[in-house]
Amino acid sequence: MVEFTLPKNSVVAEGKTWPRPEGAERLRELRIYRWDPDDGANPRLDTYFIDADDCGPMVLDALIWIKNKIDPTLTFRRSCREGICGSCSMNIGGLNTLACTKGMDEIDGAIKIYPLPHMAVVKDLVPDLTIFYEQYAAIQPWLRAGPAPEKERLQSPEQRAKLDGLYECILCACCSTACPSYWWNADRFLGPAALLQAFRWVQDSRDEATKDRVSYVDDVFRLYRCHTIMNCTQVCPKSLSPAKAIAELKNMAIAQDEAESR
Amino acid sequence: MADADTDRLAARRPLSPHLTVFKPILTMTMSIAHRITGAGLYVGMALLALFLLGAAVGGGAFSAVSWIASGFIGNLLVLMVVWAIFHHLLGGVRHALWDRGLYMDAKGRELLAQGTLVGGILLTLLVFIFKTLAS
Repeated sequence: MVEFTLPKNSVVAEGKTWPRPEGAERLRELRIYRWDPDDGANPRLDTYFIDADDCGPMVLDALIWIKNKIDPTLTFRRSCREGICGSCSMNIGGLNTLACTKGMDEIDGAIKIYPLPHMAVVKDLVPDLTIFYEQYAAIQPWLRAGPAPEKERLQSPEQRAKLDGLYECILCACCSTACPSYWWNADRFLGPAALLQAFRWVQDSRDEATKDRVSYVDDVFRLYRCHTIMNCTQVCPKSLSPAKAIAELKNMAIAQDEAESR
Repeated sequence: MADADTDRLAARRPLSPHLTVFKPILTMTMSIAHRITGAGLYVGMALLALFLLGAAVGGGAFSAVSWIASGFIGNLLVLMVVWAIFHHLLGGVRHALWDRGLYMDAKGRELLAQGTLVGGILLTLLVFIFKTLAS
């Protein structure tokens, strides 16, 4: 359901301002969403200052700097620090992206950091992605084909090229959690990430379940809650286009419906 | 931790901020504007029906309705409805193109979103220039 305000327990309060690092010549201000499951208080926005000359250039560098030097309780996911694991996805400067590939110089003034939008918060910048992963599992993201052949399932370069722009998805959830339709209907709308992956398997020349896959997503909620708002494609840190994949899926669904009704 | 404890913890989890913290980028704003103008057109059509009703009932009713329509509030309402029609029309064209998978790249989607915004305002101005010239 559409909702414009946050529930009472989720309203963000003004937090504390942590002391500035001593002797720093270039300071950078970060305002970070904090929520501790143990203290029973509402979420708050804490202000930190980092020494830009002592810290790497990316937002993730700043988060790690804060955790190491100011506040070890600051909680966030991170792993590869090079945009391939998809762990450090969060809302930075109003847009969902990966902290590790977002340069601090891309943002003017204080850098505001929130968890991925409209998600249950486990702690600080860590959202609960259970539903997101269930949606991915729902589209059966594996090869569905007859019994294993004697040799490899061959694919021509042209057939392989159809997977470009689809297979690179790292499941960081930036797109789905940027989508207002997903915010209001995450329980029934599959969301851009899962739909992009559904299309990835539909496009795979080796897969034999195309018809079944298209039928599965062909649903008022699962697919058609997409209203082409385009936030998914605007924020994707891998520059993929879930919006385009969804448009193609819709056209395939329509074509399949027409063929069946003939 | 026992399952009951985990469940209780999960229930206490706050919802992260969404609309209020998300940057109002043009494509999203145009999508919202498409919704608002669409809803606004229901009001617009009711007003148009009222106008036609005035014409159908007779001279007295018609001059009363057109007196309202030609006043400041009336003109403002007409302006808003005319803009809503054009904005929604161009938004529809934009969505029709996107539904066919066209102009979905970074350049295309910005261009279409800007086109909807600017085009809607320009067409509305055009109508009002003609209206002023005609009267």
